[in-house]
Amino acid sequence: MTVTIVLPAQLRDLVRDRGSASGEADTVRVEPAESTVGGALRTLGERHPAVLDRIVTEQFQVRPHVNLFVGRENIRWNEGLDTPVDDGAEVTILPAVSGG
Amino acid sequence: MPEKPGGLRAQSGDTVLMVGTTKGAFLLRSGPDREGWEELEGPHFPGEEVYSLALDQRGGRRRLWAAPGNPFFGCTLRHSDDLGDSWSEEDAHSVRFPEESGLSMKRIWQIWPGREVDPDHLYLGVEPACVFESRDGGASWAPLVGFMNHEHRPKWEPGNGGLCLHTLIPHPRDSARMLVAFSTGGVYGTEDGGASWAPRNKGVRAEFLPDKHPEFGQCVHKIDHHPDRPETLFLQNHWGLYRSDDWGASWNDIANGVPSDFGFALSVHPHRPETVYIVPLESDEYRCTPEARLRVYRTADGGGSWHALTEGLPQEDAWETVLRDALCTDSRDPAGVYFGTRSGKLWASRDDGDSWSLAQEGLPPVVCVKAAVLS
Repeated sequence: MTVTIVLPAQLRDLVRDRGSASGEADTVRVEPAESTVGGALRTLGERHPAVLDRIVTEQFQVRPHVNLFVGRENIRWNEGLDTPVDDGAEVTILPAVSGG
Repeated sequence: MPEKPGGLRAQSGDTVLMVGTTKGAFLLRSGPDREGWEELEGPHFPGEEVYSLALDQRGGRRRLWAAPGNPFFGCTLRHSDDLGDSWSEEDAHSVRFPEESGLSMKRIWQIWPGREVDPDHLYLGVEPACVFESRDGGASWAPLVGFMNHEHRPKWEPGNGGLCLHTLIPHPRDSARMLVAFSTGGVYGTEDGGASWAPRNKGVRAEFLPDKHPEFGQCVHKIDHHPDRPETLFLQNHWGLYRSDDWGASWNDIANGVPSDFGFALSVHPHRPETVYIVPLESDEYRCTPEARLRVYRTADGGGSWHALTEGLPQEDAWETVLRDALCTDSRDPAGVYFGTRSGKLWASRDDGDSWSLAQEGLPPVVCVKAAVLS
């Protein structure tokens, strides 16, 4: 199973120039053992631990001002990191509209 | 985003100011006479808050540390060995709590190079309140477990700035001893190199609690001392100005003649242990300079009396706020004294605070000012 993770601009430097960004620089393809968003992130973190640090806390909880979408659906309104992903799914990571 | 700034073109003997703001870090350079600030580089880490900066010149280094962060993706620790021309990769230094701790890093509030005799030893003060240390020059970091697992932790309450550990005072001659301060918990000390910690708040008021003198829970804003007289400490509290002559075992009120004993910032003169600078603010509800006058107060007798320093500072229509790490001195004599405001102004004195000039304005809100003379 392959899942494409779409990174926001702020995190792209963390995967660039390391020979692992596939196709476009803003995406990373992973093959998670577990077919959930959390599983896809853990697989991402094995290759890019610093990226995972920016998305989730030490307690593996999504940072409060980061949003994750499977397709167009925010996982907060689904099953969070347990939200299932299918083969070919696209998980988009975006900073929330907050701050000043 | 702004164009990437370069590094300072500085040389030995120059004075460097490191200014952390809510939108990045700025570096300024002046010659030994400090007559003017000839170079400004920034913002480094544009858009990110930089609450802590430090220049580590021990062991032949000239290493600048910064801890940029943002509310979206958390904070990182970066270093530069060329005064900001280039920075370490974002993932070069991992500062994380162990998963089993139940804690998550929010912000690095203080970067503190350790004792001169141990140039590879550094400390961080972080939020949620904890001390991290590195014994390999910053390559790897770990929390002090005795502090991280302190039995009081469930009762520590975050202040307005979060549960921030903002002050680290390693004893300059005894590696087993260190004091820390955080809001709200107060002052804690270790006598065994960080394995165990005990509160040291006797005499410090907690105005916001029913018990005004609890064992812990005080909202201490800043402590400083002179390394030649390490046992004598000065403390700016959330309401209260104190002095200790026994390494924090007891504290005595020294708010003699200040317009308010509320404030954040405090700094000790680099050569005179009884000379201290503060910027009083009016009340914890208002948090602006009293009477709209920007005044630094200085004591030359360890808190026996305080005198307003006003020459060059606006004495009307100045509703300013100076935060806990936004006041500092350099190491010269007479001392350079510097502070930044939330309105983005950077003020400098090169005569012990007797007179002041505006070094820079138009900065984002200033949260941190550090000064160093390049060796």
